[in-house]
Amino acid sequence: MTTSSDTLDITTSPFPPLSNLQQLAISESGFIFDPSSGHNFTVNETALTMLRLLQKDNELGPLMKKLKEKYEVSQQELERDVLEFAGLLRDYVGE
Amino acid sequence: MSINITVAITGMNAKPDNPGPGLAVARCLRESPEFTGRIIGLGYDGLDPGLYLKEYCDAGYILPYPSSGDDALIDSLTRIQKKEKIDVFIPCLDAELPSIVRLISVLNDLGLKTFLPDQKKLSLRGKDRLNELAQHAGIKTPETKSITNAGFFHNCEEKGWAFPFVVKGLFYDADIVHTKDAAIESFRRIAAEWGFPVLIQKLLKGEEYNLSAIGDGEGNMLGAVMMKKMATTDKGKAWAGVSINDQTLYKASESLIKAINWRGPLEVEVIRDHNGVYHLLEINPRFPAWIYLSVGVGRNLPFTLLQLTLGNAIPHFEEIKTGVIFIRYAQETITNMHDFESIIMRNAQMNDN
Repeated sequence: MTTSSDTLDITTSPFPPLSNLQQLAISESGFIFDPSSGHNFTVNETALTMLRLLQKDNELGPLMKKLKEKYEVSQQELERDVLEFAGLLRDYVGE
Repeated sequence: MSINITVAITGMNAKPDNPGPGLAVARCLRESPEFTGRIIGLGYDGLDPGLYLKEYCDAGYILPYPSSGDDALIDSLTRIQKKEKIDVFIPCLDAELPSIVRLISVLNDLGLKTFLPDQKKLSLRGKDRLNELAQHAGIKTPETKSITNAGFFHNCEEKGWAFPFVVKGLFYDADIVHTKDAAIESFRRIAAEWGFPVLIQKLLKGEEYNLSAIGDGEGNMLGAVMMKKMATTDKGKAWAGVSINDQTLYKASESLIKAINWRGPLEVEVIRDHNGVYHLLEINPRFPAWIYLSVGVGRNLPFTLLQLTLGNAIPHFEEIKTGVIFIRYAQETITNMHDFESIIMRNAQMNDN
């Protein structure tokens, strides 16, 4: 998805509910276990950073802002990666 | 407080692809620091390994098959009871439960205490009454139909039963069938082994989750342990699993137990479809073969059942511990011709001599 920041809807979170995210057991190694569904999956360092941020706040706007501060990346690329990650998370963790 | 009594447990069969729950139940009791009593393993075949496993069973006996009738079962249990002075009896196999439940008062007279449902409650959770129960408890279930004639498969697609679907025994066994011929073969095999009716069930795709708990007979669910299957055998039995805490599964199981005021151990089998919706597959009226996971998560359900049977206070349950994994494995036990002969000729085997 290559939506530009002008059209990106940041009022509706594309991520799973906060309660689902907060129950995830996240290991430093990037191994994630969902104690509700029993699913496990692995993430890279960037996704690990995103997950830790999302466990505090699952809104898109604040996440984008923090990632922009942390990584040197274009707005378009960031939006694309974050939305792709959100889709994967919904698959693994539920909506 | 230590419990120093004699407990008899059935289901000592342990074929790797589909083990009985008895050995796992015995293991749970044996590993409880509070249990110091004797365990009597009861099997139906001279090659049931639990009969010979000294670490779990102090003695082993062969029971007559349920098809032999109530009198044969009572005769056998009376003989065993004379020698063993059994205090508590834990049946672990679906097929034996109808006769055991029917004979509860006789068992009581023999001195064998049980914690089981009555006949009506047992039949309410039958695989052939799943639609009714699921509706009552507000959970979905794949459409299930009882059939008694293989002729059904000749035009089943016209009756809304397109292949593939599942052919199931009333007590055990299930095949996924893709063709008419496979369905007829499965029907005949299952009917020969488990009797009529044979059930057919719509095939659902999804992930399998199980819950085991004890119903107190007053509508309450005690000590639930939930797991997701991580690997299965060819027969679909759990080969590895992980403990979970899913409130949807918990509440659905709680409703089922409340709906029938279940008394005794049980296993709820569900499948979660791709939309996250649970569908009830079966309710088994006994502990599952994976019950050793209950020890792993700090909720030893067989030991809890023992306490309930003895009328002791319900123990405090630890918080549900998630992420505990079990991986089943098969190994051989070594015995000798003398012990095997004892089982074959006298239906009895002493492991604690």
